[in-house]
Amino acid sequence: MNILDPADLQAVWLTLKLASVTTLLLLFFATSIAWWLAHSHKWYKGVVSALVALPLVLPPTVLGFYLLLIMGPHGVVGEITSALHLGRLPFTFSGLVIGSVLFSMPFAVQPIQNAFEAMGKRPLEVAATLRASPWDRFVSVALPLARPGFLTAIILAFSHTVGEFGVVLMLGGNIPGETRVLSVDIYNHVEAMELGTAHLLAGGMVLFSFTVLLGLYFAGGKSWKGLR
Amino acid sequence: MEGPAVSEILRKEIQAQFKLQLGNFTLDAEFKVPAVGVTGLFGPSGCGKTTLLRCIAGLDLAQGSLHVNGVTWQDANTFVKTHRRPLGYVFQEASLFPHLSVRANLEYGYQRIKPAERKVKLDQVVEWLGLSHLLDRNDPAKLSGGERQRVAIGRALLTSPRILLMDEPLSALDAISKQDILPYLERLHRELDIPVFYVSHAIDEVARLADHLILLDQGRVIANGPIHETLARLDLPTAHFDDAGVVIQAAIAKHDEPYHLTRLDFSGGNLWVGKLHQMIGTQVRARVLARDVSIATLMPRESSISNILEGVINEIRDEGPDKVILRIFIGESQVLLSRITRRSRDQLGLSVGRTVYAQVKSVALMS
Repeated sequence: MNILDPADLQAVWLTLKLASVTTLLLLFFATSIAWWLAHSHKWYKGVVSALVALPLVLPPTVLGFYLLLIMGPHGVVGEITSALHLGRLPFTFSGLVIGSVLFSMPFAVQPIQNAFEAMGKRPLEVAATLRASPWDRFVSVALPLARPGFLTAIILAFSHTVGEFGVVLMLGGNIPGETRVLSVDIYNHVEAMELGTAHLLAGGMVLFSFTVLLGLYFAGGKSWKGLR
Repeated sequence: MEGPAVSEILRKEIQAQFKLQLGNFTLDAEFKVPAVGVTGLFGPSGCGKTTLLRCIAGLDLAQGSLHVNGVTWQDANTFVKTHRRPLGYVFQEASLFPHLSVRANLEYGYQRIKPAERKVKLDQVVEWLGLSHLLDRNDPAKLSGGERQRVAIGRALLTSPRILLMDEPLSALDAISKQDILPYLERLHRELDIPVFYVSHAIDEVARLADHLILLDQGRVIANGPIHETLARLDLPTAHFDDAGVVIQAAIAKHDEPYHLTRLDFSGGNLWVGKLHQMIGTQVRARVLARDVSIATLMPRESSISNILEGVINEIRDEGPDKVILRIFIGESQVLLSRITRRSRDQLGLSVGRTVYAQVKSVALMS
């Protein structure tokens, strides 16, 4: 009863894969958005900021529902992917990745944006007077100074994706090896009254989450102290 | 046809004209200064001196033009970005990169210029600024204020800049750190052939370091000229500060060993000061404050004051209800300021053209 079968291990593996891919993609997108938000003075900055933060307040099912519609056969994205012979995104791993990226966006954008804003313009101006081009300034000054923010973003985005349930269920369903992640797997076990397995998986997640947050606390504290 | 003489003049000059609106502050400054020595940008806080410096660096985008040594950095069609301008900038706070060691901070700009342009070497800068014991520190944030600022100056110098911009580099430091760093700045002034713009709101710093002075008030240039002329003008606010005074460029002429004194000669006279250790002939800069100069109409025969200079009153201005300030020519070119009471002026019957004896109570040596 208490032993995990291959399907459970597959769910664990799939969850880690989803979280890793999501985090990697978020590092790129969230950094771009955070940089823009930290430095832009455009009037629609507030709109973008609110849109990025939306997943914080929306029930995941709402996000999942709309993504299902948009990526479905009659949705805008769905028609595009069909036209490009990419097939449809719902009920696929790629669909899950897109949903996760959007859903975890605020958890990655905000720490990075805060870090960019906290360093201010001065270090970049100093670098400019020392002949560093804009890209050079970004790589050699902004990224290292924002390291604590990146660390927080990585950990939050990764762990938040691991814990995702609503979006996955709406968008990906319950296909073993493709979309059945850990949270869905636990749900299945509870439905089937296999509480022992559910315990093992759920307890593992509690332990994992706690470790991540503890690491975040120490890592964050240390690097901020070094910076100030 | 443009002769060599013309381009020679162009090469040694910095011409700027900036217009910039920032909230309800307007910078509307125009100046032309020689591209040699230190130009002090001086004025009360909020007068736009930092903004002017940022415009020179291209950090603030003003309308107007800027030509440095004949090269256009900005005009109607050109705006050279900051990172393409061969300048060094020292900010008010040292702003060292906290993630880099002292050595990596120093080398940051050095590595980003072409090897052929590296005229200033790391070893030189380390020696000039006394940084050797700090090179391997990995915690620039923990350096003392004076040390940080020295590293920042060295970092800027290592880009072999054609102009060095310094924004109140001493203002964030305590008095001890200031005394610690001033000798280094004076040394740079003597040994480096780079024009420097030095922003300050402390007149004694400017008097000590600057050769040329631009006075700013409410975003406008109200005076621009050699420091000894500008500080000697009664029509400028600088003459009415409590520590108003002139700068005298003099040379060590004689050491009096028994009395432990040194005589400084300048065109028009000489001053005795406490014994200096430099060689005869060494140039020194002295500052004489208006409040330290009193006036006698006859040569005082018995006085403890050893520096009494004969001069002619050139200008008198009222200063408040009780004081006047006098401008006195000592010889052909040297000017002294003297602040006395209105009553003394009337009792002595002082007027322009009158020959007087200026008694100098104290002389501050600047370098």
